[in-house]
Order: sequence, then structure tokens, then C-alpha cells
Amino acid sequence: MFVERLVFMLGVFCAALPASAGLNIQHWNLPQGGVVYFVENHDLPMLDISVDFAAGSARDTAATSGLAAMTNRLMRLGAGPLSEQQVAENLADVGANLSGRFDQDRGGFTLRTLSSMEERTAALAVLQAVLTQPRFDAAVLARETQRAVASIQDASVKPEYQGGKAFQTAIFGDHPYALPEEGEIDTLGKLTVTDLQAFHRKYYVAPNMVIAIMGDITRAEAEALAMNLAAALPKGETPPALNAALPKGETPPALPAVSALEKAVDTLIPHHASQSHLFMGMPGMKRIDPDYFPLLVGNYILGGGGFDSRMLIEIRQKRGLAYSAYSYFSPMQELGPFQIGLQTRRDATDEAVKVVRETLKRFIDEGPSDAELAQAKSNLIGGFPLRLDSNKKIQEHLAMIGFYRLPLDWLEHYPKAVEAVTREDIVRAFQARVKPDALVTVVVGGAG
Amino acid sequence: MKAAWVLAIAALGWLSAPARAASDDVVETLLGNGMKVVVKPDHRAPVVVSQVWYRAGSMDESYGTTGVAHVLEHMMFKGTKEVPSGEFSKRIAAVGGRENAFTSRDHTAYFQTLRKEELPLALKLEADRMANLVLSPEEFAKEINVVMEERRLRTEDNPQSLLYEKLMSVAYKSHPYRHPVIGWMDDLKQMTVDDARRWYQTWYAPNNATLVVVGDVDAKTVFSLAEKYFGVIPARDLPTRKQPGEPEPDGFKSVVLKAPAKLPEVSLVWATPRLEKPTEDWQPYALEMLAGVLDGHGSARLPQALVKEQQIAVDVGAGYDPVSRGPALFMAAATPSEGVAVDAVVAGIKAELERIKKDGVDEAELRRVKAQVLSAQVYQRDSLFYQGMLIGEWATAGLDYRARDQRLEKLKQVTSAQVQAVAKQYLTDDRLTLARLDPLPIEPGKHFAKPMGGMSHVR
Repeated sequence: MFVERLVFMLGVFCAALPASAGLNIQHWNLPQGGVVYFVENHDLPMLDISVDFAAGSARDTAATSGLAAMTNRLMRLGAGPLSEQQVAENLADVGANLSGRFDQDRGGFTLRTLSSMEERTAALAVLQAVLTQPRFDAAVLARETQRAVASIQDASVKPEYQGGKAFQTAIFGDHPYALPEEGEIDTLGKLTVTDLQAFHRKYYVAPNMVIAIMGDITRAEAEALAMNLAAALPKGETPPALNAALPKGETPPALPAVSALEKAVDTLIPHHASQSHLFMGMPGMKRIDPDYFPLLVGNYILGGGGFDSRMLIEIRQKRGLAYSAYSYFSPMQELGPFQIGLQTRRDATDEAVKVVRETLKRFIDEGPSDAELAQAKSNLIGGFPLRLDSNKKIQEHLAMIGFYRLPLDWLEHYPKAVEAVTREDIVRAFQARVKPDALVTVVVGGAG
Repeated sequence: MKAAWVLAIAALGWLSAPARAASDDVVETLLGNGMKVVVKPDHRAPVVVSQVWYRAGSMDESYGTTGVAHVLEHMMFKGTKEVPSGEFSKRIAAVGGRENAFTSRDHTAYFQTLRKEELPLALKLEADRMANLVLSPEEFAKEINVVMEERRLRTEDNPQSLLYEKLMSVAYKSHPYRHPVIGWMDDLKQMTVDDARRWYQTWYAPNNATLVVVGDVDAKTVFSLAEKYFGVIPARDLPTRKQPGEPEPDGFKSVVLKAPAKLPEVSLVWATPRLEKPTEDWQPYALEMLAGVLDGHGSARLPQALVKEQQIAVDVGAGYDPVSRGPALFMAAATPSEGVAVDAVVAGIKAELERIKKDGVDEAELRRVKAQVLSAQVYQRDSLFYQGMLIGEWATAGLDYRARDQRLEKLKQVTSAQVQAVAKQYLTDDRLTLARLDPLPIEPGKHFAKPMGGMSHVR
């Protein structure tokens, strides 16, 4: 009865939801290169801006691991006429927050400021200096290297770090996605100011730039703002292959493809902790991927849907083996990780791993039930407005759509695409992507 | 490494120090059974956040049953007469809602975020479990294991959390804030379903609860829905609230944690007043400004001096949260740079405090901190959930959240002399408790027995 109600309600959602129809995404190209995505909204007197470049840790090599992250970090620590302290003070004086944004694909910055003229002008002046004239002071590099090394040392004895790193290495092999975002102790120690300058010159260039703006300014103001940010940026020695004329289907500078795994690898890393940590998975999907929606909906049922998901039901609800148990796909420019994870007391390690394997296998073999599929769709579609209920969330979606060159109607398309997923789509997509005989399993801890 | 103690500071401190909401549009009512209902309309998205706050947290627990507030929070998802175990979450998920709950020292709160049309569902389910919870021994037996796994994950295997736990257990001499919210492992091991039931019967009454609704709603509709679902639950006599005290500090305390870790750490807390009369008090506001001057933004004094200039610490922070039911603390924490002794970092922090005690702070510094408060007040309006949090925290702390309107004004009035005065009066060695993490060397594969007082849990 419950299921019928859901299926019925699902029909109601689809009819009633305007989806993101109200979200008017404006998009234009800059003469210097680079693209802008903008949503005008005057509800709150504030402005959220991000500026991203294809300058994440995937641009590192094994020998320079940590260079991309350190470049991003130092850009905010002294720029043009502003000393490190002046950068911080100028932002603090107007109550603005400037953060680095960094992952494997992206290197960039997010700025949140009041939209009033005085405040936003001051904040944007800092952002422009940071983008275009970073000082890369040698003493600051030495200090920040020491801090980054300390951070890695501290993390290096923890199961999360050890397991995460072993997992990443095992699933990505020679691909730069295998490199830790923050770098390695050895390679960090060898980075020089010249390295950072060269990285900045190569990647923080106008044609490689995606600006996403959300908030309380007009289109004309947004255009001027974007022009200013781009104006002083180098055009780049080798403009990345960005055809910005159409936002659709184009990708930032190419990364090598991620290779599929050929066989299963099991690793046990002994650790003293009272819990064992499990990392299981393989390369999963891309941000632009024909199986995006089948894998999204399927994973809700497998391990993404919290208390609706099989992993949490089997591991936590039925057996009390763990506080959290989950699976996720992390879509990236190339194949990002598919990962299953949990933490359980040492003497339950074997049982938990067994339950995870069986749960995964059953899901791949049999796919979801109709009731599970209805519940997953119902949640993803019904919860869609919650993904866009703040300036911050809208801004993050803009930045994502821009960076990965998703279609401008991607958000509008989302509920419809979820609704269209069938049980067969999920079975086919999971059987094609998640191969139990080529699964990486890392356990940190032990059974004793 | 920063995460754990930054979180600890955030829990106490400036980072989360509630900035003011414009609350002119906030409306409240009191149901006949004594349940308070507060509504803050925000029409930016067709979404609503519903939060039910119970004024019962770990500070209301007794020796032997620490952690029961949090255990009951887990059990609240385990079924009522009408809604079987797991169904609460399932029904919320079915309409695309998100839900969870949290327990703190002062309160336990349950929340859902959903499309605005679904508010009645959330209120109906929430009212049902306020009155009709079934606490089955079978569900309890499984869930208590989940909670112990949560404790292992968050505390036992995390030296920063262990340090914080040990610090609190010493900083407070008699006040129940000395117990961890998640409870001591031995208490969890011995907890029974009857402990949870007693807790539920004692505290889960409408006259001990506040409903906060923020989002695309109008107050009248919410009031009538609240009346419909919660209004029918009879009020109950609540136990006489005892006000657990904390003796005046009588001298420096210090504690050492030995745990397997790579880097040492140090945390310092000073006994300070909390906010009691928001429109009359000035000291809590001066302490907030002090925390802001020390660590409120990128160029604040502590990171500037210790991390950037002297380079004796790789991380340092400070914080103060004046909104609580029990005695407040001013907190600082640091991770020394390699080769630097913990004592040298402690001396560095104290030197910065001495500078302020001697010379006060600059007007420019105060202005800068006020600019943070002013902008935070705008930024916070971007989050429905956070707007609800502020109201709930103030309400359960026994403060009139409408007085938050005067917070900015009160902070603006703080002078250098006042900052100096509270630093002199409260940030003294006699009011200080210090906790130091001494890393134990780690041998790969070796399983440590953790030498923690009161926590003999060792596999």
C-alpha cells in the first residue's frame, strides 16, 4: 500500500514541479577567453562569486605532487600591492570571505561579499590581485610547506588517510587522479617559487577560466565585473582547447582517460584503532556520462539514500555493525571513484566485509525492486527544490555546470531524467560499471 | 589535524557565535499545553525547515547513565504504535525530505527540510513520536551497538576528541558539562531500554519543547497545524529543574592525554560568564569581541603572531560561545610547529593575552570584528536551517531570541577598555585549565590500550 501511494505521488510531483524553471541562468563568453554564468537575484544584499580553472591536483605529476594545491594556497597569501596581512585585512574590513576551492579537477576561489558598492568593490579588488598578481613569496612558501607537511604527518597515522590513499592509488594506478590533492611530504619539500609561478602562468589563464556569479547585481554590473577579473589575466601560452562559443559538450583541457581495473585487489593495512575502516570500489563515472542518471538513482538504492539504502539497512539497521555505511559515485571530468565505505569494531570486520560484498553482488545481479525504485525517484524528484534553496547552493550548481560545460538546462532536465530511469537501465549500468571481479578492497585495522 | 579542535572551538566559539537575525518578522505562540511555536517566514524558495527542540541534553543526565539523551535520540527513529521502526525516515524521504537529529549538552533537536506542501507530514510524524514512542528491547539492543560504534568513530580513535573530552572532564569540577554528550563507554555498555524509557517519559512533553519553522509559510497556517498535531498532546509535570552549579575556579588545572598520534596539541579554557540578560549584560559581548580580535578573521592576532610571524605553531585558534544553559568557557588551542615545545606555544598565547591586558586593542581591530558580525548577519539569512538553529539555541538556553536584535548594537558599544577588562578579569591562570596531547609513538600494526581514566574500553 505504501508503495502504491509513492507511485501515485510520483506522478503528482512530475506534473506539479516547475523544476528550475524559475532559475534564469545567463551565460556569455569573454573576449579574453573564459566563460561567465550568472543568476541575478536581489532577495539578499549579498553576492557569491567563484572563479575556477582546470588547475586541480590532476595537473600534478608524481614528482610535483602538491604543486597545484600549494599554488592555489599561496595565491591568497600576498598579491600585487597587498601583503599577506593586507589581503586578510582588506577582506576583513568589509566582512568578505575569500576561500580557495580545490579538488582534483578544479583550482579556484570563492568569494562571498556584501553587495553594497563599497564592500563589493574592495572585495573584488582583492580577488583580482589574487588571480593576477600573486607574490609567491619564498618565506611564505617555506612556512606553508612546513604547515602542509605537519598536516600530512598528523593525518598519516589515521586510518581514514591511510585507507583513502591506498584506495585512490589502487583504483587510479598511473592516472594523476591517484595523486593526493594535498601532495606528499617529499615532493612538497622540493617545490620552489619558480614552480609555483610557472604553474600559475600555465593554468590560471583567461581562456581556462569559469566565472559563476549569484546574487544582488545587475547583468551590466556582472559583465563589467567579469571583464575586470579577466582583463589582467594572461591569455596563456597554450590556450587550452576551450571552444567557448557553445557551452554544451565542450570540456576543459584534456586529461588522460582512467583505465578500467582488470582484477580484484585486496589490501589489509594493520592499524591500532578500535575500528576497522573499509574502502571498496573502482573507477565509476564522469560528470558528463550517458549513465549518470541510472547510476545516480541506482546508487540511492544501493548506498546513497541513507536509511533508504541497502547498505545502511543491512549494516546498521539489521545488524548494528556500524554508525555509517554508504556508497557513492563521485563524478569528475574523467571517471571519478565509486566507493563503498564503513567503519566497524575490529572483531566485526570480517562479517561487515562479507555483508557488503553480498549486498553489492545481489544488487548488481538482481537490481532494485519496484518499490525501491519508486522510493528513490520519489526522493530525488521531490527533494529537487531543496538543492536550490539558497544562494550558496545555486552558486555551486552554476559553477559546476560551467566548469563541466553541462547544458544550461541541466537543472531543468534533472527531475525528468530521474523519472525516466528504468529498473533495466540501472541493472545494465551497474553491470557495465561495477565489476565484482575487479573490485579494490582496502581494510585498515584488523580482525584481532 | 585542524579539523577536530576547530570543530571543538566552533562548538564553543566565535566561528559559530550566532550572528543576529532580523527577527521583526518572527512570530510565536504558546499552545494550550505549553508548547512554544516560533515561525520565521522566508519566501525565497518553496521549501520549509521544521525543528522540534527539547530542553533536555546531556547536562540533564546522571552518573551511570551518561549518553542516554543521545541514545534516546537514536531510538526516536525506531517506531511508534502507528509508524513502525524505520518508517519515519522512509516517509520523509518519500517526499524528498531530509531529516536528522542532534543532541548537545543543552538540548536535543529533530529536524526535517521539505517542500513546503509537506510540512503537515513532518509535524504529524514529529507529534506522533513525541507521544507514542515504542521502545522495544530488540531495537534497543541493536541501536546501542550503533551508538558505541559512533563513539569509537568520533572519540575513541580520535586523539583530538579524546583531548577535548578529557579537558572538559577536568575544566568542570561538578557541573555535568564534564561528561561527554555521547556518554562514557562503560555507561553505554550498561545502558538498558528502561534508562531510555525513563528519559523519554521525563522530558518528551510538549511543555518542554519548542517548534521552530522557517521557510515559505505563513505563521497562521503553521500555528493551526501545530495546534492540530501537537495541541492534542497533554502537558506533563516536568521534574523540578535543579541548577547544577560550578564552584568558582580556585587555581590552575592541567591534564595530559597520552594517545597514539603524530603531533602534540594543547587546549586552554578559562572559566567565563555566559549570557544571562542579553539586553543588560556587557561582559559576554566583550568576551566575544576579544575572541574576534584573537581569531575572528584572517589577520587576527593569534594566527598573525604565532603562525605567521613567530612560526611557533602550525595552527592556532580561539573561541567563545556565550549562549548556553551552563557555565561558559573561553577557549584557545594550538598545534606546535615541529621542534617547538608545547610550553613555548602556551607562552606565546599568554603573551598575546598579556599585550591586550596591558595595552587594550586598537579601534581598527574592533571595527574589523564588527564588520564580520555585520556581514555574518546578512550571510546567515541565506540558510533556512541556520536561521532556525539560532532561534532554537536561544530558546532552549532560556534566552529571549528577540533580544538578538540588540546584539549588534551591544557589540558595537564594546570598547577597548572593556575588552581589556574582561581579559584581565577572566583570562587568568587561576581560571585556566590546560590539556596537552602527548603523542605515543606508533608502531605499525600494534594495537594500543588507551590509558584513559574512566574509559577502560580496550579491545
